Amino acid sequence: MSQPFRLDHDGRIHRDAPLQFTFDGRPIDAFRGDTVASALLANGVALVGRSFKYHRPRGIVSAGAEDPNAFVQLGHGARTLPNRLATVTPATPGLEVRHVNAWPSLDFDLMSAFGLAAPFIPAGFYYKTLMWPRRLWPLYEHFLRHAAGLGHAPDAPDPDRYDHVHAHCDVLVVGAGPAGLAAARAAAQSGARVIVADEQAEFGGGLLSTAQRVDGLPAPQWADAATAELSSAPDVTVLSNTTAFGLYESNLVLLAERLHSHQPDNAGSESGARVWRVLPKQVVLATGAHERPLLFANNDRPGVMLAGAISTYLNRYAVAPGSRAVLFTNNDSAYRTALDLADAGVPVAAIADVRLESDGDLPSQARAQGIPIHTGAVVVQAHGRGRVSAAELCSVGGAPLGTVECDLLGVSGGFAPALHLHAQAGAPMTWNPQIAAFAPQPSHDIHPAGAVTGHLDLSSALRQGTAAGAAAAAAAGCSNGHTPAAPRAAETPSSDLEPYWLPPGDLARAKPQFVDLHEDVTLDDLRLSLREGFESIEHVKRYTTLGMGPDQGKLANPLATGVIAQLLGRDPASVGTPRHRPAYSPVSLGAIAGRHIGPLADPVRVTPMQEWHESAGARFENVGQWRRAWYYPHPGESMHEAVARECLAVRHRVGILDYSTLGKIEITGPDAGEFLDRVYTNAWKRLRPGRCRYGLMLGEDGMIFDDGVTARLENQRYLMFTSTANAAPVLAWLEQWLQTEWTDLRVYLTSVSEHWSNIALAGPRSRQVLAAAGTDIPLARQDFPFMTFRQGHVAGVPARVFRISFSGELSYEINVPADRARHVWEALFDAGRPFGITPYGTETMHVLRAEKGFIIVGQETDGSVTPDDVGLGRLLSRRKDFLGKRSLSRPDSVRLDRKQLVGLLTDDPAQVLPEGGHIVDAPGRRRPLPMRGHVTSSYFSPVLGRSIALAMISGGRATLGGRLYVATLDEDRWLPARSCHHVFYDPHGARQHV
Amino acid sequence: MQFYSLPSLIRRGLRGHRDWTPAWRKAEPKPSYDVVIVGAGGHGLATAYYLAKLHGVTNVAVLERGWLGGGNIGRNTAIVRSNYLWDASAHIYEFSLKLWEGLSQELNYNVMFSQRGLLNIAHSEQEMRDLARRVGANQLNGIDAELLSTDQISKLVPVLNTSPHTRYPVLGGTLQRRGGVARHDAVAWGYARAADALGVDIVENCEVTGIRTASGRVTSLETTRGEIRAGTVGLVVAGNASVLASMAGIRLPIQSHPLQALVTEPLKPVFDPVVMSSAVHVYIHQTDRGELVLGAGIDAPVSYDLNGNFRIIEHVLAAVCELFPIFSRVRMLRQWAGTVDVCPDASPIISGTPIKGLFMNCGWGTGGFKATPGSGWVFAHTLAHQEPHPLNEPFSLDRFTTGALIDEHGAAAVAH
Amino acid sequence: MLLIPCPWCGPREDDEFTFGGEADIPRPADPDALTDEQWADYLFMRDNRRGHHREQWCHTAGCRRWFVVERDTVTNEILGASTYGDSQ
Repeated sequence: MSQPFRLDHDGRIHRDAPLQFTFDGRPIDAFRGDTVASALLANGVALVGRSFKYHRPRGIVSAGAEDPNAFVQLGHGARTLPNRLATVTPATPGLEVRHVNAWPSLDFDLMSAFGLAAPFIPAGFYYKTLMWPRRLWPLYEHFLRHAAGLGHAPDAPDPDRYDHVHAHCDVLVVGAGPAGLAAARAAAQSGARVIVADEQAEFGGGLLSTAQRVDGLPAPQWADAATAELSSAPDVTVLSNTTAFGLYESNLVLLAERLHSHQPDNAGSESGARVWRVLPKQVVLATGAHERPLLFANNDRPGVMLAGAISTYLNRYAVAPGSRAVLFTNNDSAYRTALDLADAGVPVAAIADVRLESDGDLPSQARAQGIPIHTGAVVVQAHGRGRVSAAELCSVGGAPLGTVECDLLGVSGGFAPALHLHAQAGAPMTWNPQIAAFAPQPSHDIHPAGAVTGHLDLSSALRQGTAAGAAAAAAAGCSNGHTPAAPRAAETPSSDLEPYWLPPGDLARAKPQFVDLHEDVTLDDLRLSLREGFESIEHVKRYTTLGMGPDQGKLANPLATGVIAQLLGRDPASVGTPRHRPAYSPVSLGAIAGRHIGPLADPVRVTPMQEWHESAGARFENVGQWRRAWYYPHPGESMHEAVARECLAVRHRVGILDYSTLGKIEITGPDAGEFLDRVYTNAWKRLRPGRCRYGLMLGEDGMIFDDGVTARLENQRYLMFTSTANAAPVLAWLEQWLQTEWTDLRVYLTSVSEHWSNIALAGPRSRQVLAAAGTDIPLARQDFPFMTFRQGHVAGVPARVFRISFSGELSYEINVPADRARHVWEALFDAGRPFGITPYGTETMHVLRAEKGFIIVGQETDGSVTPDDVGLGRLLSRRKDFLGKRSLSRPDSVRLDRKQLVGLLTDDPAQVLPEGGHIVDAPGRRRPLPMRGHVTSSYFSPVLGRSIALAMISGGRATLGGRLYVATLDEDRWLPARSCHHVFYDPHGARQHV
Repeated sequence: MQFYSLPSLIRRGLRGHRDWTPAWRKAEPKPSYDVVIVGAGGHGLATAYYLAKLHGVTNVAVLERGWLGGGNIGRNTAIVRSNYLWDASAHIYEFSLKLWEGLSQELNYNVMFSQRGLLNIAHSEQEMRDLARRVGANQLNGIDAELLSTDQISKLVPVLNTSPHTRYPVLGGTLQRRGGVARHDAVAWGYARAADALGVDIVENCEVTGIRTASGRVTSLETTRGEIRAGTVGLVVAGNASVLASMAGIRLPIQSHPLQALVTEPLKPVFDPVVMSSAVHVYIHQTDRGELVLGAGIDAPVSYDLNGNFRIIEHVLAAVCELFPIFSRVRMLRQWAGTVDVCPDASPIISGTPIKGLFMNCGWGTGGFKATPGSGWVFAHTLAHQEPHPLNEPFSLDRFTTGALIDEHGAAAVAH
Repeated sequence: MLLIPCPWCGPREDDEFTFGGEADIPRPADPDALTDEQWADYLFMRDNRRGHHREQWCHTAGCRRWFVVERDTVTNEILGASTYGDSQ
């Protein structure tokens, strides 16, 4: 194609840089500087998409992010980008652009049959039907689902990366049109640190689309100069292609900077996009305004465009979006478009102006040029199907004024401030009758300037911007005495807009008049909604889907406010607008996620022995953030076999476990004992230095929160072990009590979890291994008895050694500084070889402790379990208060039928019960079937040669030995078992005392 | 009430849809009612409907501060399931699910209840144990539940990353095939329309400003539209329960937090079931319009603010990109928050209060939507009989005194 | 996002802090003397106020100190911060 609609002069496209992309496979010629939309228009492509519901043919409406129609799919495969707007997508060489939501093709869309059914599928039709027969709903839904949706998701993981930038500044200027550029300059000249961002590839906004002059220069040139000045200023950050999409409390503004993510085929770059989290002291909102569409029959035909967009295509892209135009307006701005069209040689066949008089500067100029102007006239219908072919005019009173042929119908219903960011933050806005739209109210840290305030004139935008920039800088505390001068532009005296919402009378009522082009919401839909009582603007939105498309109703919502107000006979201010929700323009999930994906999604914690475990062939399990060695299979060994081998090694010889993940908190100070007395259920003050004790910690609700051993290292120094998962919560809990409640206690807490690694040696030969590894700690039983602690050296490294046991065997837990832990581990392992030392993982640890009936917090307990429930009532001191004690005497805490910890032995010793399996007294197929409890832990015990399980069973201790049945996921298969005491092995604890 | 059906739609369509009547009347408040329900959200409207329908109590008003359905019924992620761990929860949510299954026909309003299945995935051995426990409990309670392997999950949701080498490897999961989603606004509208047809007055823009009592009984409500007398008052005001209760001098075990959600741009269908991961605080499904709807965990601080902290959104989207790598290039369209009233045990309160005639239905936390029909049903019973239905007896305010909590955050494996 | 004014470190993003619930709920001196109702009131009942709220925060990723923040729970405006006194 040879770009028949390309003008042969001017514009900001680079004619020396031609390029080609494809639209539905057709080659499209373009220039660098084009958007996909401007190139399509230059090539005379009017039809770019099909509407969401009725699949009506749709064309380009705007030249920016507010377009409701121009959604296309870019690229293919993993890098495809669904639902991108052609109006903001730069044309790049080789870009693959395809339509969305039409089948089999855009020109011949079978789904446009929905349009025929339109009279019967108005807003909310699905609430009234598709209910019978009930079982067919899935079929109806399948059909609805496939008819809905727009583009296609990528088919493979995203190859791009995204970054986050955190920034502070004095003044953030959102928008780099005339007001934004002026504000950024003024703020920078006042000495403020400035960030200025604009969603477009080039700064300038409306300056790039106008033939007006600023400070004597053509507006685009002035914009370039101002941009260059800002770019070279030391304390100004200039961000193009950057959309401010959210404004939150504390003035947090989020910006999405597109780097290459809009170019699906640009592989290998570092970053697809950046999300900036900016915390400015002050914000200048120079976000401009969106032109409002107007209602008439078939106002959605391709070729119906916003008047301002026509000027943009003419002036900025050197494209004439049609060859014969009609304009329909209720304000002066469309006359500028008429003049632009005339300048470009595109005949303007008629201007229909709602107003009875129009005597502003621009109408006068248009009149002088001989453009036919019909005042007091409106367009009531667009003719043509694939593209508009004529506009039908009538007077505002309803008298026909004839039909005017055209292939371009420019509309302007006035401008609605783009106050989205302002409104997102819940800041106040007021109805401004002069522009018939809501406008933002300034606040102490948000300064609106330019068209967003409702002032559309270029000179006032420049003045306001300058004032806002200076005021923002001053409010941010930056003032260097410099008073910036506002750039000058000619004033254009204009006459007022006349609000126009509904066509006169009942004209052309049979044809749809679209309020929301994207969502196919018509005037009749709004009428229906109000008729059925859905009057609140939020009800209208939800009932009709007004404004719910990916364009977020940027064009539709301001129009709907006026239309609804008129239909209800109410003041538009009281109708309001649907709540503005971020994001202003959609932002990709990947950009918001940033680098917090893959290995950085959530940090993986490993111990200093991780590489050793890996080289020993360990399998790992995730425990919270930790990756822990689970078991160490020999080649060809199953998990079951490996765990059995590890278990027997510990029971008969010696095993070595990396137990570094346990939480460790040092508790020091003269009141440390008193503190422990308050947080643990048992008594601590009399524990002698050098001794260890097991403690239970409860929440104030009396339920078990954590457990572990605490050692008294010195008179005023304790070391508390917490469970792996609770390391951080326990520390926070203790600190909160100390700092907020017991501020009189002289106690200091230090987390040393990372400082000390913990290596457990367990098994009858562990004493010999420890001796062989070399230690200055006397190891004889009487020198270093069970539940004591000694300090010394192990393998030449300073060590704290605890004779405590989670396996029931003779055991030493050896704490050494983390940076020496690998050395000590290897020394112990080497020393242990002659004794048959075997590394074991968490699975074996679990089996060994279950054989001993030791609980694991979070496995036997679930936040609803008291100490007595798990048979640890003996740890509840009667002589002192402790956290949670009072809760243990509440009626529910003393129920006799509470669930209690018991052991379970299956009738079939080879049968390992399913963990989580529920327990009943009598199996059956009746549902619901009363449950007695559930299996909390279940293993095959190699040393016992049979299966064992722990369970929480209602009234369990009183019915030991009773017959029970454990449910399986097969409702006819029940596993018979008998309850028993929960300690299966070495019930008197002889082995750990040797 | 105009009957909704395909023939009526066609018939009226031929006349330009001009003779549809309002779904519910804009009622003026009367000076006195037998029962006043405060809060025209899903639960309140359902309560009114079942009061009128099942108990013949039709002299009922539902008072709404703003617009009907503007609270959490209009802000949630529309997920329906009943696979709760504890018996008390399982029974009430399953009862509710059964009501969902016939709700469109019951109300003559298509609430688009779509049983596309609800998948909970697990990423650790402990989570697998918890899920197995929950599936077992569900099955014995007569609730459909299946334990799935990673392979089965991969077949069900091919776009989910089930590689063992991710940060959150999918070790398995559970599926409730009868779970799914519904059109949340339609639930409020459908109940409103049906309750209105039975004579219930729905009064919008009527804020309760005080609760009057005499000798330990509720007597009337002060409102912005005058005093309204009633011997029985039900407070069903999610996000404001503590505020309303304090008007009657009652303290509640509730803290209010923002809960955020977001939708993406619409896509052609990608996957069917709802997918939930409690470990990474994600729940996600694709609406009939094609948007992905995502929910996140709650903001930690107590707050009634309706914006929420964007960090929560960042975290949830990072997890989503990890679990569903193909969604990285899909874009977030809108995000919002609602205010959820959370009880210490993550279970609701459907209960009488120390003041006679004053009842509360609150504290649903993040899980109220799915309970809407069942909650309304049992609360209507409670108001009509002045005592709880067996299904809501365990959810008394008294449980915080006795200690008989129904703790659904721990082993339930899902807080939502 | 809240900017939490840590009395020791200055204003920081709330990401660095842990929320600790309503302030001014002293632990009863003698819990055994309380009725179940009184204990439940201490344990679970909260004002959960709309508007002015005194609450506990801990600068977890900073100085690890607990302190009291006053905040409006509707607007999230921070009205002030105070320490628990120089106890140690």
